[in-house]
Amino acid sequence: MALVNTTKGEMDEALLEKKEGFVDNDNEYTTWVEYWLDGELVHRSAHVQLKKSVGLKIEAASFG
Amino acid sequence: MANTQSMCTSFMQQLMVGEHQLGTATLVSRTSLTAPTTDTLKAALYLTTATVNASTTAYSASNEVSGTGYTAGGVVVTNATAPTSTNASATAGVAFFTPSASITYTTVTLATAFDAVLIYNFTQSNKAISVHTFGSQTITAGTFTLTMPANTTSTALIRLATT
Repeated sequence: MALVNTTKGEMDEALLEKKEGFVDNDNEYTTWVEYWLDGELVHRSAHVQLKKSVGLKIEAASFG
Repeated sequence: MANTQSMCTSFMQQLMVGEHQLGTATLVSRTSLTAPTTDTLKAALYLTTATVNASTTAYSASNEVSGTGYTAGGVVVTNATAPTSTNASATAGVAFFTPSASITYTTVTLATAFDAVLIYNFTQSNKAISVHTFGSQTITAGTFTLTMPANTTSTALIRLATT
């Protein structure tokens, strides 16, 4: 029996409706999972995997 | 209002004056002549209605997320990986840094949509380092995890490259 932390405390996963999804683009790969109980969202987790850095270009000036 | 992914401009200036110690301690601390210390980095989440971007100079609680299980200021970023540098040619090279583990907010409820994280230097008066954006999220009695990009010359979280 897998337990899920919810707004109503830990519940048996089998009693809940599970929805999953993902977003995949140039910036991120994100997965999320939701658990619903009688039409009410009782749990939502998300995992964002960042793909991009923030970069800084450095330049050395020439003399003369 | 919108959040924009960027390195914070003030961070660039502060690098030049040695105000940040990222990664494992390699330099003698600014506060100790004998015991190197590593700065503590933290990660704070911001609402979609916030405006954090290159002009952000320090952590602020304004428009930061709030909710069950979330502490203002966010969480500590595991900061054990030393910055690395490599040369691509006689005139070009890259220095890069990625925190050594995912950033995790465990068992939180964040009901108002958020889409940005500010990495900042908690040790150095909360000075801003960088802003990273992602698709809008909410969390309900769950865990929000941010996994860093691979620590390479082209994808590390923070990169300094010669032109």
